[in-house]
Amino acid sequence: MRFSKLVIYFFILLNFFLGKIALSAGKVIEYPDKNWSFSNIFGTFDKASAQRGFQVYKEVCAGCHGMRLISYRNLAALGYNQDELKAIASQFEITDGPNDDGEFFTRPGRPSDRFASPYPNKKAAIAANGGAYPPDLSLIIKARPNGANYLHALLSGYVEPPKNMKVPEGMYYNKFYSGNLIAMPQPLYEDGIEYLDGTKASPDQMATDVTTFLAWASEPELEERKQLGITVVLFLIVFSILSYFSMRQIWAPIKNKN
Amino acid sequence: MSKPKFKNPVVNWIDYRLPIFTFMNHELNEYPTPKNLNYFWNFGSLAGITLVIMIVTGIVLSMNYTAHIDYAFDSVERIMRDVNHGWLLRYIHMNGASFFFIVVYIHIFRGLYYGSYKAPREILWILGVLILLLMMATAFMGYVLPWGQMSFWGATVITNLFSAIPFIGESIVTWLWGGFSVDNPTLNRFFSLHFVLPFVIVGVVILHLVALHRFGSNNPIGIDVKGKQDTVPFHPYYTIKDLFGLSVFATIFAAAVFFFPNFMGHPDNYIPANPMVTPAHIVPEWYFLPFYAILRAIPDKLGGVLFMFGAIMVLFVLPWLDKSSVRSSQFRPLYKLFFWFLVIDCIALGYLGAMPAEGIYVVLSRLATAYYFFHFLIILPLLPKIESTRPLPVSISTPIITASSNASTVMAMREKK
Repeated sequence: MRFSKLVIYFFILLNFFLGKIALSAGKVIEYPDKNWSFSNIFGTFDKASAQRGFQVYKEVCAGCHGMRLISYRNLAALGYNQDELKAIASQFEITDGPNDDGEFFTRPGRPSDRFASPYPNKKAAIAANGGAYPPDLSLIIKARPNGANYLHALLSGYVEPPKNMKVPEGMYYNKFYSGNLIAMPQPLYEDGIEYLDGTKASPDQMATDVTTFLAWASEPELEERKQLGITVVLFLIVFSILSYFSMRQIWAPIKNKN
Repeated sequence: MSKPKFKNPVVNWIDYRLPIFTFMNHELNEYPTPKNLNYFWNFGSLAGITLVIMIVTGIVLSMNYTAHIDYAFDSVERIMRDVNHGWLLRYIHMNGASFFFIVVYIHIFRGLYYGSYKAPREILWILGVLILLLMMATAFMGYVLPWGQMSFWGATVITNLFSAIPFIGESIVTWLWGGFSVDNPTLNRFFSLHFVLPFVIVGVVILHLVALHRFGSNNPIGIDVKGKQDTVPFHPYYTIKDLFGLSVFATIFAAAVFFFPNFMGHPDNYIPANPMVTPAHIVPEWYFLPFYAILRAIPDKLGGVLFMFGAIMVLFVLPWLDKSSVRSSQFRPLYKLFFWFLVIDCIALGYLGAMPAEGIYVVLSRLATAYYFFHFLIILPLLPKIESTRPLPVSISTPIITASSNASTVMAMREKK
């Protein structure tokens, strides 16, 4: 068996297994494929977009959706300096305690605090939203197949329902949501917020920005991971080549005898 | 006392009292290995190395993991976000499980193709099947630990299989769970077992190696080593070849870990476990899909469980099902054909395991399941009666030339003469 043949077999097998997983995870609805700054193997997060996305999250999503795994200090990765982080954190009220008198109290947030949650607990969140739980967004991009494209499509998918379709009260029509009926009302409207950096706040711009922000929140290690990966893979390729020729040389007397 | 074997006097002093260096020299250095092994013989050492990688990363992960239903998910996320290079450890461990199965499945099919399970290597083969079973149990319990949606529901589905056992099934399931549903006691014991089973695997791997070194490796033409001219010492010939194989494997593994770490996972496992919400499709990890397809193909619950375990059990008795005295498929034209049918059948089962159990998929699953058992229980025992095998070479170093041989080999042989 020649080596090239083995490699081909291996890739056929691998490809098959991987393809199968992709199939099993696939959904019937196709989402438009956006060209994300973080998608290819050299990808990094567009920091300006992620900062705008944080603003969208803070002013629109955070009314209902928590991000319990993220701390204000983590935002440093998006390019905020320590003073800015302190200023951002202090905008939020954090419940702390019990203090020495056994009382819970509120205080302004600190960079070390986790993101303030919109509801005191899950039951309160469900009760306030007509029985539907607004999912935590810390991992949302990793927790959905084709997460970034899915979220962007979902946020842009609020269209008029087909004529023959009845949309029950408290539900909304979304062409990209599984089953098409979603409990979340359309969140993004033209100029719904005013971007700090002056970018025009079109719904598509906001959807793109908030998706970039949430993709960072899901995989904050992504840039470090890909950079290290390029070094490691290049090293291993060189190492493979060297070990291949070492092998050839060591085996040469045996091969020549036959 | 015989002449000192080693140059270093300290080594000699120790070796005289504890012959560990003689042992290592004998098993890793001089160890005579057939000189015609192809790259498929790399996968044994790759599996061993992957096991070590899994144990090392697993031990470090366990230092940062909390086995409690309220904290497990968040402790994994803490590893991913706050532990230095925790994401790397966790992604290596997570993808390592998949790569371990890729390597071991190739290793097993190599054994099937070249008849490595035949006398005198039956126990070697049986120990290997035992390792596969232990790996499956370990992988299954490991997948439960992050306590995501698929962890919880996978655990629920698989443990529920034991309820199919007549009369005592329900009690066994309660006993396995440590309660009346998959809950904190289940997670705790799964963590404990997931930690200990890899060391049991190490033990069986050592036995596997002892059995291997009794008769040495099989080889692509499947005939016994006739003498020194057929072998080379393990070092440096196969150490360098294994190193090259390892570096190619590591390159592919690293590409998955660094660039596509979640490709072989399921997105639902990034949703914390919720006993009140069932996922639309409960799918096991890819390496269980062929067995999952067999489980679902049988309309009866107990029957499904029996056939699923039977798919492994049949491998235990394989050395006595295949009675042909010729090992390698190179000299068994019919077996070779059926081997590839089996490969296609297993791939088909894997695909069907990922599909919903409805419509045409059910019919195809049943056909594929039937063929799997037909191959082992009917075809293999009957084959030697109807198959005319090709003439075997005299030895590894003097392969005979037949009309079917590669023309270039013939030319090469002629030139030498």
